Amino acid sequence: MSEKPKSSALDIALHVVREGHGQSFQLDVEFTAHTGINILFGPSGSGKSTILQAVAGLYRPGKGHIRLGDEVWSESQSGVFLPPEKRGVAYLFQSLALFPHMTATQNVCYGMSRQLSRAQREERAHDLLGRVGANHLSSRKPKTFSGGEAQRVALARALATSPRVLLLDEPFSALDRDLRVQLAQLVVELVHELGIPALQVTHNHGEAASMGSRVLKMSNGRIVEDGSPGEVLEDHRDFSDIGKTPMLGLLPHTLKVPHTLKE
Amino acid sequence: MNWDPLWLSYKVATIATLMSIIVGVGVATLLSQVRFRGRELVDALVTVPMVMPPTVLGYYVLTAVGKNSWLGQTYESLTGGHIAFSVVGCVIAAFVGSVPLVIKSARSALERVDPTVVRAARTLGASPLRAYLTVQLPLAAPGIAAGVMLAFARALGDFGVTVMVAGSIPGQTQTAALYVYEQVAKQAPAGAMVAVLTATAIGVLYAVNSIGRRADVQYG
Repeated sequence: MSEKPKSSALDIALHVVREGHGQSFQLDVEFTAHTGINILFGPSGSGKSTILQAVAGLYRPGKGHIRLGDEVWSESQSGVFLPPEKRGVAYLFQSLALFPHMTATQNVCYGMSRQLSRAQREERAHDLLGRVGANHLSSRKPKTFSGGEAQRVALARALATSPRVLLLDEPFSALDRDLRVQLAQLVVELVHELGIPALQVTHNHGEAASMGSRVLKMSNGRIVEDGSPGEVLEDHRDFSDIGKTPMLGLLPHTLKVPHTLKE
Repeated sequence: MNWDPLWLSYKVATIATLMSIIVGVGVATLLSQVRFRGRELVDALVTVPMVMPPTVLGYYVLTAVGKNSWLGQTYESLTGGHIAFSVVGCVIAAFVGSVPLVIKSARSALERVDPTVVRAARTLGASPLRAYLTVQLPLAAPGIAAGVMLAFARALGDFGVTVMVAGSIPGQTQTAALYVYEQVAKQAPAGAMVAVLTATAIGVLYAVNSIGRRADVQYG
């Protein structure tokens, strides 16, 4: 990452009712996400993904606000709503949502500044794909990727925009254990490098414990606990995921975050 | 066998199909991207030509573009010619019958594109227009192309609307389908023309199917 990122805190307040799946659902959350990985942890349907969509601007909350530093992205009171393309958010979707008609390089170039020349964009894509270990895929299309490869390309594409906030929606749910560990380590490193706030949705205990610098435990649209992974997750050893979690045993100290990172 | 009607048909169908692409994809874009009151009513109105008796449709078109109509008179004051009973009438007749096929297929192809992929484009900095042009439209293209092929076949084979709007003037507005009718009516041979029209139809369907297969292979 060439630019020195200026890091700002992401301030979120959402008080919304969402309709869906035949029932209405109340979400009431207020928190400020600082640099590092903020885990939104809880069972499906607890409102985690709604928060990501609101931050990305893909969903306009009825009441509340989203601010990054002193920039207002969304504010129900004043009616301010910045469209997604103006926010500088990198969103790693659960389904990855790679562009199937484009090669890996074209996928990664898509979000780059139009001020860069084509050659500059392609060079940067090459660097980013190298950074995530996917250079061999550059001229291939997503249909030929394995799950882990698609994941890496999606990550490179998300980072190509020099994002100011990173959103991860259960990013590793389709991967096996070894790949999870590798990619988790990669994401932790990248977030550290970028020095930006990241929100990661998961209901995987091991993932939350090993990647998070902070864990917000959610239930029924509310934050019920908020603290370090140790504080929040310690007394949830009985959490339903624990028996089958592939990342159990991957504790924070096993993810080494280098102090200096080369390009 | 006089082959002039066949060339006229190909020419008319090509122009009508190009018009159908522009108008059809435009209307389909509106119907699929913009939520407005009466959207489904508009959809029904623009696709009803598919299920109407061709002579009824022809009656409406003739009323709309005939000599005494507003459109007909405007056209006359601009060009000195007429829409009805001219080649332009043939084109309009073929267009009206074929544009619903493009609208239907394009709307459904645009709506079938995974919305998350379009949202991904937006979060990567694309305006709604850019996301539409670079992601949604290319991904819908195979479905749209299939509809366009069917529209061409429909335009090439139109009988009812054309006979109402353009008549069947030999050497002027007599298209291949009308020519076959006239040949049979005067007990003259029509087999060769019938064979060529049949081969064209089969070729179009074959192309439609292979477009579909290629899209499946490419995007899975």
